[in-house]
Formats: sequence, C-alpha cells, structure tokens
Amino acid sequence: MTEIRVLAATGMLGSGFLESSFARGISLEPHVIACDAGSTDAGPAHLGGDIPYFDREVIKRDLRLMLLGRDQCNGRLIVGSCGMGGGDWAVDWMRDIALEIAREENLSFRLALIKSEQDKAYLKTRLGQGRILPLMPEIPISEEIIDTSAHIVGVMGSEPIAAAIETGAKVILAGRATDTSLYSTVPVMMGAGAGPAWHAAKTLECGTAATIQRKRPDCIFGWIRDDHFDIEPLGPESRCTPQSVAAHTLYENADPYLITEPDGVLDTREAQYTALSDRAVRVTGSQYHKSDRYTVKLEGARLTGYQTAIIAGVRDPFILRQLDDWMDKMRAKFAERIKEMYDGKIGVENYSISVRVYGRDGVMGKLEPRRDEIGHEVGLLFTVTADQETTSRAIAKSFAHFALHFPIPEWQGLISGLAFPFSPAELYKGPAFNFSLNHVVVPDNPLEMFRTEIREV
Amino acid sequence: MRKLGDVARLIRSKNAGPFILTFDIMFDGEENYRKVIDAQVLTKSRFASIYHVAEKDIALFEHDAAMAIKISIPRPYVQCDIDDGDVYGGQQHGPLVDLELPD
Repeated sequence: MTEIRVLAATGMLGSGFLESSFARGISLEPHVIACDAGSTDAGPAHLGGDIPYFDREVIKRDLRLMLLGRDQCNGRLIVGSCGMGGGDWAVDWMRDIALEIAREENLSFRLALIKSEQDKAYLKTRLGQGRILPLMPEIPISEEIIDTSAHIVGVMGSEPIAAAIETGAKVILAGRATDTSLYSTVPVMMGAGAGPAWHAAKTLECGTAATIQRKRPDCIFGWIRDDHFDIEPLGPESRCTPQSVAAHTLYENADPYLITEPDGVLDTREAQYTALSDRAVRVTGSQYHKSDRYTVKLEGARLTGYQTAIIAGVRDPFILRQLDDWMDKMRAKFAERIKEMYDGKIGVENYSISVRVYGRDGVMGKLEPRRDEIGHEVGLLFTVTADQETTSRAIAKSFAHFALHFPIPEWQGLISGLAFPFSPAELYKGPAFNFSLNHVVVPDNPLEMFRTEIREV
Repeated sequence: MRKLGDVARLIRSKNAGPFILTFDIMFDGEENYRKVIDAQVLTKSRFASIYHVAEKDIALFEHDAAMAIKISIPRPYVQCDIDDGDVYGGQQHGPLVDLELPD
C-alpha cells in the first residue's frame, strides 16, 4: 500500500511553530513539507500594494528551519501564496530570503519559482472569448476593471506545482495557490488516493487549526494512503479528535462538504472520522471528483483611494443624543468650507469622509440588530478617502480641526466635542484597495497562466 | 432563559473568501446539537430576520460528524469595501450568541 507522508509546518509561514515539533516531523521522514504564506483573508492591500504580511525576520526564521529540515530528510519543500497576496514581487522577495539562508547554511537544492500574476492582455482576450466566468455573488467585470486593477493573480492548483516537481525541483516557492494544492500535489503524484490526498490537504493546511482547543500555531502530520489518511499533531499538548478533524472542513468554506479546486471538487459527504488514539484520527470515504472544465480563480486588487484616519471619542451626553445629526451637518458644512478654502480646486468629487461609530454599530454596521442602543461614550473612526495622497492628508487635517469645534444648539460658546487620543489627530493610512474580481478563467491548459523559473542553488 | 452561547462549544463568523461570510455553530456533544436542531433554534427564516438578509441567499448546513450548524451568506459588505469594518469577518456572530433557547 502506498503511504505518502506530509508535514505541515504551521498554518501560515511566519506565524511560527515549535522547533521540537518540527524535528519530530522530520524524523518521520516526510515526502513533502508544505506551508502557505498567504490568502485573501487579510484584505486586498497586500496584493494591491506589494506589502508583505509578516516581517522579513519571522519569515526567515520559519523558512530557515524548513529548509534545514528539508535538507535533512531530502523531501520537497513547497511554499505558496508568498507574501500574503502571492504577487510576483512577493515570490522574488521570498526567493531572496531563501537564497540568503542557503548561503548562510551552505545548502544546495534545485529551486522552482512559480509566478501567478496575470497578463492583462491575456485576460482581456479571454474576457472577449467569454472564457472569464463570474462566481457567486456576481460582481461586474470589464476591460476597464482589468486595466485599472493594480495586480491580478491566478490561483494555481496542482498542475504548475507538479510540473515544477517533475523538473527535479526540491524547493518550490509559488505565487498565489490554493492552500490544498501545496499539500495534495506530491501525494497524488506518488500514487496516494486523490480523495484522501485532497481531504488531508484541506485538513493540514491550517496547521494545528484541526486540533481541539488550538493553543498555538504548530506542526501537524499526515499519512496519506490509497483509501484513507491519518492525521496527528506533533506538539505534545495538541490533540486531534474525530470531531475536530471533521469540524475543520467548515473553516473558511462556504460549503462544508464540497470544496472546489481548479481541476475538481473534494467531496467529504461520505467521510468517516475515527479516533486512532487520544490524539490521532483516521479519515476514510473522502472522494475527489474531476471536473469537466478546468478553471483558475482570479484575485484582483484595485486602488480605491488614499486614506487618512481620525480616531476620536465622544462623552458629552448632549452630543451623543444627536450624534448622527451632528456628524451629518458637520460634514455638509465642512464641504462648504473646503470649497471656500480651496477656491473650488478640491471638492466632494475628490474625497469622501465616512464615519464608524464604535459602541453602537461600529462592528456590524447595517447588520447590527441593536443599533438603537448607545452607551455613555462612543468611539468614532473617521476615514478620509481621496484621489490623491496630498488631498487625503490635507482634508483630514482640516476636518479634524473643523469637527472638533462643530457646535450643537444646546451649548452656547465654543465647544471641543472630540477627544483625540493622538497628536496629530490624523493618521495617514496609505493607498487603499478593494477586491476587483470574483471570477474564474477557463484556460486552454492548466499551465498557460503560470510562469516557472528553475535555478540551481 | 438559556442562550445558544451557553450550549455551544464555539460560535464564530469568518470570511469564506472576500465575498462570502460564514457562521459556524459547534457543539460538544450530540445532545445539545440535536436539541438545538430539533427545537429549530436557528433556521433560515430566523437568521434572515436577525441579519436582514433574504432567505434565498442563505445556505444552511447541518454537519453531524462535526456536530455543527453552518450558515453562509453573501458578505453584506464586500471585504475591505469602504463600509466594511471587519476585514476577517470574525466579529459578525454576536447576535447568535444571545439567541434564546426554548425551555
């Protein structure tokens, strides 16, 4: 019976793991060590603005241990979704960290870099051919949306990774990829059952998230065979139970039973979860159905403006009882003031000011069922979004001052109605992005959207 | 009056990608899981009225192996759009914690 062993270092590169757990994992001779380094979860700014999520030093710490461990067991190391967004810049950033570690530790290996940013002309051609399809909920797509997106990545599945492995690459650094494909590719290539391989991949990809009462990010290990897989966390205090493993199919998925990949669908409806011990679980009955049509999901980040934030508290009972009215009037009057001050050169077409009321509905907005209730104080977050950085900063400075002294009818004389915790009151946030695409491409073949570079280290 | 939060092991909300919000309600044992399902504490129509979403947009799953109820809806604010205040979608489950259970 085939047995492919997979070591998940941690749920996300840079979030850390115990060296002792990892050493135990290496001693079990994994065929592959894998880890994702990103997702859309932290928002579009990482992809849009080429901003890595973690500091370089913590990435280097985790990657060093993984490269050394790989060298020891001679398996493959696969890291995907570099830098969080998975843009080309992030793959190069991760490559430089890996090369630096290789020099410091005197390591050599064949390295594959797989880039996933998309050529806009290619996407526009596919759009014209009707081969870019919306996912639900549907959002608009056009040539203009493609052109004005700062970066667009395709989310690779197994095939580009498998192609890199076939070149003999031992270390693979990939742009945006499905988390599961990082873990499933080697087991499927080596003959493990596709159902167990993809289900194990889904369970392993968040590290110890599939354990009961996750105490810290750490390593977890999978043994994938023809018709089942076994899973066990490597930290001494972590445990998997049938329920905790089953429950992990729920995490971050819209549907707990069916998980779509570029070439098929993982189906866990018939899966059975059995305890092997008080910390290890066996899963049988997982299925993987190949799709008729190969699809690659797109993720795009588009600049929405330059943001400056102002944080302020309000405690005055008279202001609190007319809060919305006060802030609406404040913003209307401020628009007039700006017109005067900038002589029409800057107007409401260049900026917007939104406000969030913490202590009332700051977290849930329109979903908040208790938004009529207000406490004895609230926190306000004003966000100025403008078409230029200079405008964003300028408007925020003027607005903080204007809002501070904006009157209410009950008080006669000058008031200071906002409690600012900082000086200066405004915090420049930088460029802001939104997610501009929720679509898939139907390519001619699974490799055409990705570019692979092989080098000897 | 006991509340859903008193009998659940975990109630959480989270992004399922930038455009979907998903809620997981997990139980420690079969007894509470069954009791909540049988008493129809959390149905599509109940959820629709709490969160002001259309019933047709709600997907509801009962997952016996996980002893969990799962609900997914289109994200009311797309992640990081200007009015979104919860990048990870992790704090949208509060009203479910306070759902009252029948005696």
